[in-house]
Amino acid sequence: MSIWMIMKVSAKALTRNKFRAFLTMLGIIIGVAAVIAMISLGRGAQEQVKERISSMGTYNEQFPVLRNWKIAAGTSFGAQQVRSAARVAVIGQTVADQLFPGVNPVGKTIRVGALPFKVLGVLGKKGADPRGFDQDDTIIVPYSTVQKKFQGGVLYVQSGIVKAVDGQAGYAEAEITDLLRQRHNIRPGQPDDFEIRNFSEFAQALEQTQGVMTTLLASIASVSLLVGGIGIMNIMLVSVSERTREIGIHMSIGARPNQVRVQFLFESIVLCLLGGLIGLGLGVGGSYALTTFLSWSTSLSPDAVAAAIIFPVAIGVFFGYYPAHKAAALDPIEALRYE
Amino acid sequence: MSTHHEPSLTPELGALAMTSLRSEDTRESVIHLDEIWKIYQTGDVKLAALHGISLDIRKGEFVAVMGASGSGKSTLLNILGCLDHPTRGTYRLAGVDVSTYSAADRADVRNRQIGFIFQNFNLLPRTSVWENIEAPMLYARVKKHERARRIEEALETVGIPDKAGSLPNQLSGGQQQRVAIARALVNRPSLVLADEPTGNLDSRTSEEILAFLQELNQSAGITLVMVTHDMEAAEYASRRIVMRDGQIESDD
Repeated sequence: MSIWMIMKVSAKALTRNKFRAFLTMLGIIIGVAAVIAMISLGRGAQEQVKERISSMGTYNEQFPVLRNWKIAAGTSFGAQQVRSAARVAVIGQTVADQLFPGVNPVGKTIRVGALPFKVLGVLGKKGADPRGFDQDDTIIVPYSTVQKKFQGGVLYVQSGIVKAVDGQAGYAEAEITDLLRQRHNIRPGQPDDFEIRNFSEFAQALEQTQGVMTTLLASIASVSLLVGGIGIMNIMLVSVSERTREIGIHMSIGARPNQVRVQFLFESIVLCLLGGLIGLGLGVGGSYALTTFLSWSTSLSPDAVAAAIIFPVAIGVFFGYYPAHKAAALDPIEALRYE
Repeated sequence: MSTHHEPSLTPELGALAMTSLRSEDTRESVIHLDEIWKIYQTGDVKLAALHGISLDIRKGEFVAVMGASGSGKSTLLNILGCLDHPTRGTYRLAGVDVSTYSAADRADVRNRQIGFIFQNFNLLPRTSVWENIEAPMLYARVKKHERARRIEEALETVGIPDKAGSLPNQLSGGQQQRVAIARALVNRPSLVLADEPTGNLDSRTSEEILAFLQELNQSAGITLVMVTHDMEAAEYASRRIVMRDGQIESDD
């Protein structure tokens, strides 16, 4: 009997009891769907950390560089306008859409509090941030203007952003600490009156946490795959004993033990693979739903997709072997007599 | 594989070698048993089900094997059908020594050389008549077109040409047994073994089936061995062997 024929016999045996086949697959389906969703979420979170780090702060003329934010229309303000505390603004897409629907806002005037500001430019669209806040619902003005016009001429900045060359963040941090201590007249031994947060360390720590989470979630999902595999084995054993007589008939008309083994093994592989594919679909769909409805960022990795196919097949072979072997080892005489 | 068997010796040549030894009957030997023992061991207790049986059955014979339960007739049938192997002795089927064959080799012998007819029909459930008859040919790797031809021919032979699409449980007992007979014949076996073929049938249907088996034997020359405890059924055979305590009591 050719492999094709064996496949046909297996497929027929499976379709005979569809509901049971589905229940059998459920463990694998849930396991694979969980693995896919978890890994997608983990990867999404990791990728997001990098993005989040590159967008924070209050601003001078260099903010488009510091925040990696492009100007979609018009220009940003320059150093001259920061020095002179000019009443100029760059607005986000949401603000532009709400205040100037269908009109180019560049050159128009907007009112912030009681003061008019001239719109110099419109920022490119950024969308929601990880917490769901609309990053485009923003107006950016020079810090000097805010100090002068809103804070009654207070001449200090609350915070600043420094972008270091890649890999030089630690060195930059040391330099800035020295500079600030010098400017603030802090003597050696006295504590800093400022705080520096190094986001590259923050990012690393976050990435590590995410890595640990991904591993943890993946191992939980693996356990559910294992449980799914045991379920497959259980049902295959039931199936072998239920079909003992049938196996006997096949043997009496010429099925070799090995052909019986391959047939049952194939059945368990098909069950697992089908479960894996359904699980993959659910996992991908679930990740997509999380992104669409909850704005959680997810990222589907090709490795996870490959694993969703390879692992179930391995589980099918591993947990299907014993029941298949049991079927193949049946004595045709006793199998034929089995009630 | 058997160590006694020359790989180059084809079944036909083997059969020729056998017949040349026997002057009284020139027909080919289908079954040749030489001192067949079957001993079952449970713990320290040994039980001999067959006590050194020697037997020759030739092509075209219709043999009924009778005997009380426990006489060894089922054990003999299992060995003849290559479902089991003897503890000792030689079994040549169509000239080939199959007594030491492995399970896989015995499966091939059952597939190509032997057709089975069982008391409870043993058709594959939830599987159409057509597919039931097709199954042995799938294991024999018969081509699709040839399978279809043989299935139609077999259905015609057993007299149920219109039942190809039916499921076994939609058929009467007699019809199911006809399907089983068709299945037993499609691979053109050297030997058809029937185990109480009418045990589950009413007397009128039993007669029909027995008459049909007799006709198959006489017109198509099919070699038939039938195990039965029914004297009337045995009347249809051309030769009757009676077993008792694992030995042949009478053979005529």
